[in-house]
Amino acid sequence: MLIRLLRTYLRPYTRQVGIVVVLVTIQSVANLYLPNLNADIINNGIAKGDIPYIWRIGGLMLAVTVAMGIVAIFGVYWASKASMGVGRDVRSAVFARVQTFSARELNRLGTASLITRNTNDVQQIQLFLQIALTLLVAAPIMAVGGVVMALRADVQLSGLLLVILPVMAGIVGFMLLKGVPLFRSMQVKIDRINQVLREQIMGVRVIRAFNRTGFEQERFEQANADLTSTALRVNRIFVVAFPALMAVMNLTTVAVLWFGARLVDNGSMSIGNLTAFMMYMIQVLFSVMMAIAMVILVPRAEASAARIQEVVTTVPSIADPPDPVEPASRAGLVEFRHVTFGYPGGEHPVLQDLNFELRPGQTTAIIGGTGSGKTTLLDLIPRFFDVSEGRLLVDGVDVRRQPLERLWGAIGLVPQRAYLFSGTVADNLRFGNEHATDEELWHALDVAQAREFVAGMPGGLQAPIDQGGTNVSGGQRQRLAIARTIVKKPSVYLFDDCFSALDAGTDARLRAALRSETWQSTVLIVAQRVSTIMYADRIIVLDDGRVVGIGTHDELMASCEPYREIVDSQLGEAAVA
Amino acid sequence: MINRGGGGQRPVGRPAMGGGWMGMGGPPGGKTRNLGKTLRQLLLRLRPELPLIILVALLGSASVAFAVVGPKIIGNATNVIFNGLVGKSLPAGITKVQAVAALRAHGQDQLAQLLSGMDVTPGKGIDYTQLGDLLLLAVAVYIAASLFTWAQGYIMAGVAQRTVYGMRRDVEAKLGRVPLKYFDSHSHGDILSRVTNDIDNVSTTLQQGLSQILTAILTVIGVLGMMFWISPLLAVISLVTVPLSVVAVIIIGRRSQKEFAAQWKVTGTLNGHVEEMHTGHALVQVFGRRRKAQEEFDRQNRTLYEASFKAQFLSGIIQPAMQFVGNLNYVAIAVIGGYRIASGTMSLGDVQAFIQYSRQFTMPIMQIAGQANLLQSGLASAERVFELLAEEEEAPDSVTAELGEATGQVSLEQVSFRYAADKPLIEDLSLTVLPGQTIAIVGPTGAGKTTIVNLLMRFYDIDSGHIRLDGVDTHQLAREGVRAAFGMVLQDTWLFAGTIRGNIAYGKEGATDDEIIAAAQAAHVDSFVRTLPLGYDTVLDEEASDLSSGQRQLLTIARAFLADRSILILDEATSNVDTRTEVLIQAAMARLRQGRTSFVIAHRLSTIRKADSIVVMDGGRIVEQGTHAELIGREGFYYSLYNSQFANAWAEGDGHKTGLDGQSPVPQGGAVRAGT
Repeated sequence: MLIRLLRTYLRPYTRQVGIVVVLVTIQSVANLYLPNLNADIINNGIAKGDIPYIWRIGGLMLAVTVAMGIVAIFGVYWASKASMGVGRDVRSAVFARVQTFSARELNRLGTASLITRNTNDVQQIQLFLQIALTLLVAAPIMAVGGVVMALRADVQLSGLLLVILPVMAGIVGFMLLKGVPLFRSMQVKIDRINQVLREQIMGVRVIRAFNRTGFEQERFEQANADLTSTALRVNRIFVVAFPALMAVMNLTTVAVLWFGARLVDNGSMSIGNLTAFMMYMIQVLFSVMMAIAMVILVPRAEASAARIQEVVTTVPSIADPPDPVEPASRAGLVEFRHVTFGYPGGEHPVLQDLNFELRPGQTTAIIGGTGSGKTTLLDLIPRFFDVSEGRLLVDGVDVRRQPLERLWGAIGLVPQRAYLFSGTVADNLRFGNEHATDEELWHALDVAQAREFVAGMPGGLQAPIDQGGTNVSGGQRQRLAIARTIVKKPSVYLFDDCFSALDAGTDARLRAALRSETWQSTVLIVAQRVSTIMYADRIIVLDDGRVVGIGTHDELMASCEPYREIVDSQLGEAAVA
Repeated sequence: MINRGGGGQRPVGRPAMGGGWMGMGGPPGGKTRNLGKTLRQLLLRLRPELPLIILVALLGSASVAFAVVGPKIIGNATNVIFNGLVGKSLPAGITKVQAVAALRAHGQDQLAQLLSGMDVTPGKGIDYTQLGDLLLLAVAVYIAASLFTWAQGYIMAGVAQRTVYGMRRDVEAKLGRVPLKYFDSHSHGDILSRVTNDIDNVSTTLQQGLSQILTAILTVIGVLGMMFWISPLLAVISLVTVPLSVVAVIIIGRRSQKEFAAQWKVTGTLNGHVEEMHTGHALVQVFGRRRKAQEEFDRQNRTLYEASFKAQFLSGIIQPAMQFVGNLNYVAIAVIGGYRIASGTMSLGDVQAFIQYSRQFTMPIMQIAGQANLLQSGLASAERVFELLAEEEEAPDSVTAELGEATGQVSLEQVSFRYAADKPLIEDLSLTVLPGQTIAIVGPTGAGKTTIVNLLMRFYDIDSGHIRLDGVDTHQLAREGVRAAFGMVLQDTWLFAGTIRGNIAYGKEGATDDEIIAAAQAAHVDSFVRTLPLGYDTVLDEEASDLSSGQRQLLTIARAFLADRSILILDEATSNVDTRTEVLIQAAMARLRQGRTSFVIAHRLSTIRKADSIVVMDGGRIVEQGTHAELIGREGFYYSLYNSQFANAWAEGDGHKTGLDGQSPVPQGGAVRAGT
């Protein structure tokens, strides 16, 4: 997953990565060149007593060091550019993808999870990349360079590597084989303990009501002891790594001296090269250690990559048709043609064989008990979900064949839970129509019975609104949401049970004003309360996903038993009498 | 929690190893407000481990001592080789003094000087016995150093894990003792983050931070000692580079810290934007704002990119900068050391050892710099944990009475209660409920209907008055005793991750299978459970949400059946439940109420009308109380609430609020005195 993700998003940065590799290579070579120069100082300067030579080579070493520093800074520069750039691109891609999601994908992945994926997980990836580009790239170059230099210094002595490298590999292999699975199982146990705690916090009332605090403590105790013992094992394995590798490194130095002494003795190796050789060996081993440290980071980056990949590869179930048809009319006629809808995997269809139309200039109300499918029906019109069977037409064209922007442009939605965005009142009102004038905004506020309180807010139209609209009351929120829709001037109004927080007086005035505003439009009102919809042109009664009655209040009272039942249960015998 | 569908943020598990070792801007680590106090508390926690910690320190000192001696021995071994090499090139039989003189005579002053500083026997090659002895010593020293390091880490792992284990245990036990007010007044996310993320963070700090910092400091001291012993001059030169690197780290570090702070800030606003756009997803789509949303996202994303690029670049420079200073040091030692060998005032082996020391010297300084960040964030976390541990606890029970088998008689006598001292909530409420009666609690959403639940079950203590069960003041009973009289079914269907069997059995310790199945049958959920492949052994967890919210509700009803308490608290609200299940739930609840005293947060008029008494709430207060007929006769809030159902909504209204479940926009006037 990590590799697939990087293959896609690192590609635009091939040049930067190339530069980083070149710079890191230069850096590594220079790093290996320093001991070489030091060997020269010993061989030619010290052993021959040539002090000017020492100064000359010393100057050269200084120059190399300065150059290395500069190269390193450039390396970090380009590595940061590339890794942070990849982070930015992935974030943008994730967000853009989620924007195309329909309600189905959004619900499946969950808002909270999507936010985590877009921030924390991307953070993990870019951090991993940054470390990989600055350190991981260097490790193999240093290792190979060290081996080459060691071979150049002395082939025979380099034979030591044949012993040391397998030992190192053994230690590393042990860590990976023993440590990493344990490490993973520790993660699972951390998750488990977090889960238990989360449950205890969320369910505190139930736990106390049932007097199960002791039971919960026991449950936690188990998880805690389990985690502790695994964590202990993990840590005890990992604490072996560092001293073991240090021992290998140090013993290598000893071996180099022991075997090197004979080579120096018989004249096949210079003493300066012996010193340099030791440095090379340390470089090689050090790079291997670096690489191991990196390996620990991989599983985490991998998990993050998988979560990101899941988002960017999710194909939205609802998308623009390949050959969109633009409806000729903009009147707002909505036709349900034998529409059936069921959630995937759901046993029963939520809506069955709906067959009716919503006409411009008419107010249609839908009523039915909780779970009868009212909101779902409404959600089908803007294609939040697609019908399972049948056809749904807006302005004479199947919604699935229309460009989404065109379809949505025709619709004004006021959801059940009024949601406002952070910004000003005006920003919110212009949400669907950026070019609306202040006069238009005030007019909409008039209709929505919101002029008074908006005028009373400090700054009026420019008054700030907090995220979600939490700084205004529920009723004000609903009225602003209604005004927002009026500003958009859609041909189809969808009101999803959105008058619930209004008192009867305001409610009535709002409806009266709305009538004159929407007399040419198609209006669909979903409601739980009979009193809200009694005076609609037409009432559709839904029961368990089926239409059980269509007509006016009086007609339905006369003919439709389920409608009478609803009225009965809400208004009591008094209403019937 | 299960029904929350992953709504809670998933804490990022922090591994106990390998985190933050680069100091690359960890979490938006807080600052410790009271460092001294936090440290003291942490030390207090470590106290039982004190002997082991001392042992760790001793082992650490030993391992550092051995590690520091190593290069010197290796240096000596190098000297033996070099001496042998030079010795071999000189004719045998003469003394060193003669050889020096001979060199001078040949005009090779430099070589003569080099030779004069060496321990050479002319004509004699490398002394392999001496070399062997030295190298064996080195092997022993190095192995000892590694063994001690390992032992230190091994013991420290135990210390850290045991301490964290204890902290977790105490925090969890604390959660069982704090009053419910704590949960209601703190965000669940915050509490959760304290008991999970923060403790993890402390664990990492203890495991790596402490022993690493200890080792690092000891190493610096040890290495410095060796360096001064070998050559004070070179030691001083090396020391000069220390402030250089410290200054570099501080300057760069401070700037990068600023950029990291900026990065976290922008991340916060970006998060906000994403959250807002995702929450209002449908609106963004229908109102044609996708492009705008993306533009805004990209704008913030660019800002984030710039901030994080700067932060990464600056913090990334630290390492090369340190390396640069280290290399400067290396060059200085090589050159000056070379010069001094040539002038015979220092041996090759010593210079070589010195080079090693100077390398060992910069490493721990970098480590300390890196660990300082970790330590800081670890202490901030520890402080947050200790804060939780210091929270006020529930007043202890003062048990002076015992409640037998409760009959279900409940009486409230002049009960007053307020959450905040200056906001009157319930004033002087009196209510007598006979066994088997039903009390309906009605009012708009957010009217504070759960307050009654809180008081009845002693989740909160009343300010004055009495609540009596069978005539016994609940204040004289243990809280557990009070709660044992109640069964509860809330709208928020809390189930824990476990089997269905276990979840039902939650209502009664040691319930038999027959009892569980009987309860499930009574709650109309048995037949459904049997359709599941694993039946009652089906494990409920966050991922497998194959239970609908209605089915969850039925399970909680089964739980209440099994608990078989004489008093019930029920919430009629059913959300996201299909009609058929709703019918089942209503039937099950009705059955559950039979023969039991019930307090029902009522949503159905039939329940309300049949209730023996109705408590009407609005704006967090009890505004009216009485039977349906009484309340209608009073023509007050309930009357208008009830009648608004008949109001002609399309015509000019009469100013009454509608709806039994609408949101109350503004709380009305002063507290209405309820009661008789």
